[in-house]
Amino acid sequence: MPRKDLLTIASLERGEIDQLLDQAAPFKEVFKRSVKKVPALKGKSVLMLFYEPSTRTHSSFEVAAKRLSADVTNFDVSQSSITKGESVRETVETLQAMRTDYIIVRHGRSGLPGLIAAQTHASVVNAGDGAHAHPTQALLDAFTIKEKFPEPCGKKVLVIGDILHSRVARSTTAILGMLGVRVAWLGPGSLVPKNPPPEVLRFTNYGEAMAWEPDVVYLLRVQMERQSAQFFPSLREYHRLYGITETRLEDLRARGLYLMHPGPVNRGVELCDAVMNYEHSLINDQVENGIAIRMAVLYSLRPKSQMG
Amino acid sequence: MQERILTADDIARGVTKLANDIRAATRGKPICLVGIRSRGDEVAERVLNELAGDDQDLSFGVLDISLYRDDYEHLHENPALQESDIPFTINGAHVILVDDVLFTGRTIRAALDALSDYGRPAKVELAVLIDRGHREMPVQPDYTAILLDTRRLDHVHVSLEGTDGKEEVRIIPKEPLPSVETHEPAAGE
Repeated sequence: MPRKDLLTIASLERGEIDQLLDQAAPFKEVFKRSVKKVPALKGKSVLMLFYEPSTRTHSSFEVAAKRLSADVTNFDVSQSSITKGESVRETVETLQAMRTDYIIVRHGRSGLPGLIAAQTHASVVNAGDGAHAHPTQALLDAFTIKEKFPEPCGKKVLVIGDILHSRVARSTTAILGMLGVRVAWLGPGSLVPKNPPPEVLRFTNYGEAMAWEPDVVYLLRVQMERQSAQFFPSLREYHRLYGITETRLEDLRARGLYLMHPGPVNRGVELCDAVMNYEHSLINDQVENGIAIRMAVLYSLRPKSQMG
Repeated sequence: MQERILTADDIARGVTKLANDIRAATRGKPICLVGIRSRGDEVAERVLNELAGDDQDLSFGVLDISLYRDDYEHLHENPALQESDIPFTINGAHVILVDDVLFTGRTIRAALDALSDYGRPAKVELAVLIDRGHREMPVQPDYTAILLDTRRLDHVHVSLEGTDGKEEVRIIPKEPLPSVETHEPAAGE
């Protein structure tokens, strides 16, 4: 039975995750063609409902929808309706009347995409809600890791940064756990939850974390616009303690470790400039895979209006 | 009507006939065999193997046409999408599309659409192991191994060793329900 919405990783069954990860590769093959577009969603409409600014996720979804031949409309909430005092509910009723087939939602409030999903026939994809979930990021991260490690079970991923406020950390940790990947968190004590899930290790010291011998180092973005800046003394200090400095980059290179980051990178904070040329950096792979996985997600969902 | 069966020998003879007809028609000129998933790829691979001994420039590719179907919403229940693999330049190529069964012609329509997204071939031909009739599109094969007389609602079920672990074709008759208009989705049998 096809699923209507994609809201969290936890709501997916293992079989569905495997299927989405398997389907991303055929979509990635489309990018190599002379015409980088397939007619699978021809005549369907995709509405982008972004209550929070996001250039990357927004354009990734937009490119994915267009490569499936869907029509994309941007519902620019931040500029119009909110300032006029329109509630989310009223907005959704408007969208329902527009008979859109798919709605991509980003909102600062956890759980809001689920509320929208319950009120509309359209398929809803959560493109990030508060500190709650970012399922397509998790899927693209898992796909990127599986490209390097086709049998990811038992591999180790070290996630570094502001775990506490990160929906990426939450969703990506969840999916990696389901694939049997071992996950550890590293960051300032104030930004790493004191009680991680039982299968997740917690570090606050870079050296100790590297002694665990991870296969992949995953750096989270320091969210300057959110409250994280108050949780450590200075950006320079953060870089020195938890960033990939030039010295640490040489160490990663010697160990042959893969490096990931959801973007956009704060240079000189999470990563030094030299990382941009690191041969085992998967950051650009993540961008390309993000489009493929979002195509697979849109292709797999089934709006209620189309259900038999 | 009784169920009929084609054997492994019938299939093998069919593949040889396709290879011989293609050899005779193309006379050593470069050709690209493109099999349509699933099972068309296996037929194409067998034809390729028969031609491999000749002094002819042969390329081989595989096409998955799931994303190009016009009955996408029926298939959505189980979108078993797989990777296409066209490891050569389509522009200017002489392509021979290969499928196991030609039925309505809708699969071939979709395959032509998919192919044109890779480039502009000089020529496209169609080779099928079985033509069972009942076309819904103006599509005719250039090479046919086996002509099967079937009724519209019969099932032609092909099993090949590499895909299904056995080798046979079953033609299963199906009685239409009395006084009901039957619209069967165009199956890619």
